[in-house]
Amino acid sequence: MQADIFIKRRNGGLLFFASLAILTAGSMIITEYDVLKGFTSIAGALIWGFSNFYPDAGSMQKLGDIMLKLRETVLMSIASTTVAAVFAILLALAGSRTTRMNNLFSVAARGIASVFRNIPLVAWAMVLMLAFSQSPLTGYLALFFGSLGFLARAFMETIDEVSNNSVEALQATGAGYFHIIFQAVLPSSMPQMISWLLYMIETNIRDATLVGILTGTGIGFSFELYYKSLNYHAASLVVILIVITVIVIESISNKIRRVIL
Amino acid sequence: MALLELRNVTKCYNSASTALSDVSFSVREGEFVSVIGPSGAGKSTMLRCINRMIEVTGGEIYFDGVIVSKLNKRDLRKLRTKIGMIFQHYNLVDRLTVIENVLHGRLGYKSTLAGVLGRYSQEEKGQAFRIIKFLGLNEQVYSRCDQLSGGQKQRVGIARALVQNPKMILCDEPIASLDPNASKIIMDHLRNVSTGMGITMIVNLHQVNVALKYSDRIIGVNKGKVVFDGSPAELTPERIYDIYGSESGDLIVDLGERNAS
Ligand SMILES: Nc1ncnc2c1ncn2[C@@H]1O[C@H](COP(=O)(O)OP(=O)(O)OP(=O)(O)O)[C@@H](O)[C@H]1O
Ligand SMILES: [Mg+2]
Repeated sequence: MQADIFIKRRNGGLLFFASLAILTAGSMIITEYDVLKGFTSIAGALIWGFSNFYPDAGSMQKLGDIMLKLRETVLMSIASTTVAAVFAILLALAGSRTTRMNNLFSVAARGIASVFRNIPLVAWAMVLMLAFSQSPLTGYLALFFGSLGFLARAFMETIDEVSNNSVEALQATGAGYFHIIFQAVLPSSMPQMISWLLYMIETNIRDATLVGILTGTGIGFSFELYYKSLNYHAASLVVILIVITVIVIESISNKIRRVIL
Repeated sequence: MALLELRNVTKCYNSASTALSDVSFSVREGEFVSVIGPSGAGKSTMLRCINRMIEVTGGEIYFDGVIVSKLNKRDLRKLRTKIGMIFQHYNLVDRLTVIENVLHGRLGYKSTLAGVLGRYSQEEKGQAFRIIKFLGLNEQVYSRCDQLSGGQKQRVGIARALVQNPKMILCDEPIASLDPNASKIIMDHLRNVSTGMGITMIVNLHQVNVALKYSDRIIGVNKGKVVFDGSPAELTPERIYDIYGSESGDLIVDLGERNAS
């Protein structure tokens, strides 16, 4: 009986790795992806990058413009994420097993969150572009919808994980629904929620660049502009500044996390 | 007159099993009643049916002159303010301070707005401080609850129940997560509260010797049925065998120790 379990485990493991190997080989054959060529071309790309893709003195004159666009993108990301967080809290409270008012709302809230989360950001941007054409609003809304789905799901899990016990206790004292939300659920889950919010802001600053290329706004637009006009030095400056911004934002949010958690 | 009376209470979670079947007993005001029985006997279910954290399937529960199952939402909240509850895992909001957790016991008396904002009157605060002091927690008043020991957390749980000005307190294994020392402190407090303030106690316990030492009366439950209801003196080894079945060997040893001392 005991030995059976171990044999079963081992066979399961073998089966898993065999399937993984077959899947990898199969997809490489079908897509005609040449591993060797893939890796050798990385070297070529690096050589091209080092000889062309670096900021020079000329590109520094564009620094002011780029910074302005960068600020626009960062602020837009923060704004869309925070607004999305507010709506996500409402969805999460309605959907969570601990705090739901009734089953119907809960299923609806979970459904909405799931749909929003599973539509890729680029698809949101494309669809919204039809409605609002190339404008900052398009990018703002694309980030908003993407964040809403993700945050609603993350918040739901946070609420269920963190506040189950104390909710039971407050119900037993005769406290009302809103008492419980404001006195138990939010105080216990707020730090975790803020942590998710910070993570989402970081992700959105990165994604905003991509969305900006599509919608012709913000830092993404600057990149595309310089790249298409073959000004690789300026384009590389844009990339470097984005990387620095993301690192700075990340370290700030890590500091905040350390304080609140 | 009886403060609490259960008449033919039945609870089925699903069609297959009955957690409580035909439970009837009554409890006088000020009585200290322990409920013992093996794991899965239905002790927690019984306790939660009394304040309707769980809805009964059949039978009636009378508390303080009203039929619990007939109450509407508002009256149920009012009823729950009169019944404190203490949990094995304390069920505090860990990120809040002791005083905030204790004052949660007042939420049942509050309007929605006052409760949401956490506005408590001077009187309520004074009472909370007195209770905290009575339980020997004055040094921890402003400590966050995640910094307390298990025994201290349970005392916060008792304080939260007492600040409700309850007529009865339900305790679901209040000492199951505590070491013997802390357990004694908690049980002594519960006994003092019962004797000194005349508050009725119903305490689920795993330890027969504790039940024998502290109770006015013991109720033994097995497979959802009351199989013993009497004073500690009447709880003979044979009766313990009725309650615990073949698991009772160790428990009878405990009993021997009590008789020897
Ligand atoms: N939410 C639930 N859904 C379905 N069955 C449940 C649920 N809660 C309890 N039960 C079942 O009801 C029976 C009684 O459970 P209960 O928790 O009341 O026992 P208990 O005496 O408190 O046990 P323990 O000493 O382990 O806490 C058990 O068989 C349990 O499996
Ligand atoms: Mg139990």
